[in-house]
Amino acid sequence: MTGTINSLLVVVLLVNLFMLGASRMRALIHAAASQGVILSFMPLLLAARLDWIAVVVAGVTIGLKGLIIPRILHKALRDAKIKREVEPLIGFLPTMLLGALGTVLSLVLAACLPVVGHPVSNLVIPVSLSTILTGFLLLTTRVKAITQVIGYLILENGIYIFGMLLLAAVPFLVELGILLDLFVGIFVVSIIIHHINQTFSSMDTRQLTALRE
Amino acid sequence: MLFVLILIPLLASGVALLMPSDRSRPWLLPPVAIAHLVLTLSAIDRNSEARLDGWLWLDPPGRLVLLLLSVLFVICAVYTTGYLRYRQDRSNRVFVACLLFFLAAGTLVAMAQHLGLMWIALELATLSMAPLIYFNRTPRSIEATWKYLMIGSVGIALALLGSFFMAYSAMGSGPPSLLFADLLARGATLNHTWVRMAFVLLLVGYGTKMGLAPMHTWKPDAYGEAPGVVGALLAGGLTSCAFLALLRINHVCCSAGQQEFTSHLMIWMGLLSMAVAAIFTLGQKDIKRMLAYSSVEHMGILMLGAGIGGIALFGALLHMLNNGLTKGMLFLSAGNIHRSYQSKSTDDVRGAMRRLPLSGTIFMLGFLAITGSPPFGPFVSEFTILTGGLQYHWYWISALFLLLLLVVFVGMGRTVLTVVQGRPLPGRPASAYRDHLLTGLPLVISLGLVLMMGTHIPAPLADMVHRAATFLEVHP
Repeated sequence: MTGTINSLLVVVLLVNLFMLGASRMRALIHAAASQGVILSFMPLLLAARLDWIAVVVAGVTIGLKGLIIPRILHKALRDAKIKREVEPLIGFLPTMLLGALGTVLSLVLAACLPVVGHPVSNLVIPVSLSTILTGFLLLTTRVKAITQVIGYLILENGIYIFGMLLLAAVPFLVELGILLDLFVGIFVVSIIIHHINQTFSSMDTRQLTALRE
Repeated sequence: MLFVLILIPLLASGVALLMPSDRSRPWLLPPVAIAHLVLTLSAIDRNSEARLDGWLWLDPPGRLVLLLLSVLFVICAVYTTGYLRYRQDRSNRVFVACLLFFLAAGTLVAMAQHLGLMWIALELATLSMAPLIYFNRTPRSIEATWKYLMIGSVGIALALLGSFFMAYSAMGSGPPSLLFADLLARGATLNHTWVRMAFVLLLVGYGTKMGLAPMHTWKPDAYGEAPGVVGALLAGGLTSCAFLALLRINHVCCSAGQQEFTSHLMIWMGLLSMAVAAIFTLGQKDIKRMLAYSSVEHMGILMLGAGIGGIALFGALLHMLNNGLTKGMLFLSAGNIHRSYQSKSTDDVRGAMRRLPLSGTIFMLGFLAITGSPPFGPFVSEFTILTGGLQYHWYWISALFLLLLLVVFVGMGRTVLTVVQGRPLPGRPASAYRDHLLTGLPLVISLGLVLMMGTHIPAPLADMVHRAATFLEVHP
């Protein structure tokens, strides 16, 4: 079991690096969606025995992260009728290198932290931290509004990975609540993106500079 | 009882979405607000029991926040009915529904005893405010909403990570739990490293929501572009909910023996917020942005008081009520001034006391109240925090506190006096708006409450604040 979990976590790490180097918006959305889907299978692998609530929650997560949210993002992209390229503030190679560096640092940091209880896998904490860092990198170094939303999704995925350690403490109700918040958040943001696009004729967040001291 | 308190505004929010008429929809707000207040008063009166396996319980600090939220909402509900009469140019369906949904989410924060549930409720309250900030549909309000959503979401994501860290820290002594009661009971066995990391993340996360420096950058934009009534609810309601979250988390950390670590962080964070606010209020021309920086300052004061603890914590809880009520008064009167002058910059707005005798006067009195002049409420609570600082030998901190209060007084004073004194400038755009019963009465009510808090705090209320402070106090 731990073997499967570990290999899935390594796949998640690779997806992180891929996303930092992705230059096409479509590829980025697909990668984020597949990362979300991979992650939503993990609680099923970890559960001692399968009960239907766990299956329902996993199903909802897959539906949301794998289908609905990517669809909202694709629609926003289509409506915007803009260039399909990701516009970075820092080049793709430097961000990939930063991401790799972040992963190494996460491994070192996680090794320094005290282990509490009996974690399922030693990789959970470093992969979680590294995914969170990837999310932050995408949020801060890409200028288009949609890419920043994807960054936020990755950030949330990283937190979700940490949640694996606490399956007993985070009841399904709370998990569904967190998903609901994520969905509403993305929904509201996509409306705002639509309006940004209409008002400023672009999704470039660098244009949002009217308000400052 | 607890369920009813959440369900009433929630159902009303659904009704608001279904109601066809823009004219009659705002009139849904005052009855719902008053029903909520009546229920709140009776829920506070009798000691409510825990519901849903201890997930919902109105703890003593939660009662204070719920009372503040409910009173502030009544004031804002009456004002909104008046305000929306001037905004018949657009549909208010989403506006009214989101206001009611915000009340339901805020009520849930006040009674959530589970870190995850509290997080969900606070995030829902945040999201429900986004369409309200965006009500004016101008490019500037889009920008403000975007910043509010992105900065707020990242902050709240960090808070979720912090909540998970907190649960993980308890895994050494049994199954992980996110219930405050469990975490408090197992305080001594929590892993110190993880508790500290959890506290830092939660402080940054919920601190973003409160608008503590340096995570305050969304605040002037959002408060500046939102309608006045939304500013009042954000500055008095949402920030108080986030403060409540931090108080509960600090309580757990203190029970894990981390009092020294958390109190230092909170005190310095508080002072930094006050300092940043002081710098940006000096020479601030935009009255709503000035109020936003004043809110940053007062969040700093709350953190400072909570960090010092003891009698200063009592002062901070009292100050939370005072700040909420005074901010209501200031934002609503600033909204009236903005509407009448079609501008919120001191370049255009002069002689507000002449053109709007009521709003101008209350804006002026609100300035005196918020900067801590007697006989208003904030004077009493700021004085209590100062007493705590001196009593626990934080002399330098207390001196800095006083200095920063003085700087903010000077900075705000220049802007406010320019606005209220003199004569309206000729040849500037202006609307026909003048003081009106529905947009004036809420100002008078909040002024009365702020005066009451400064001259004579009713015994039951003082008792509530005492209980909340005692509840949060940890005796190792």
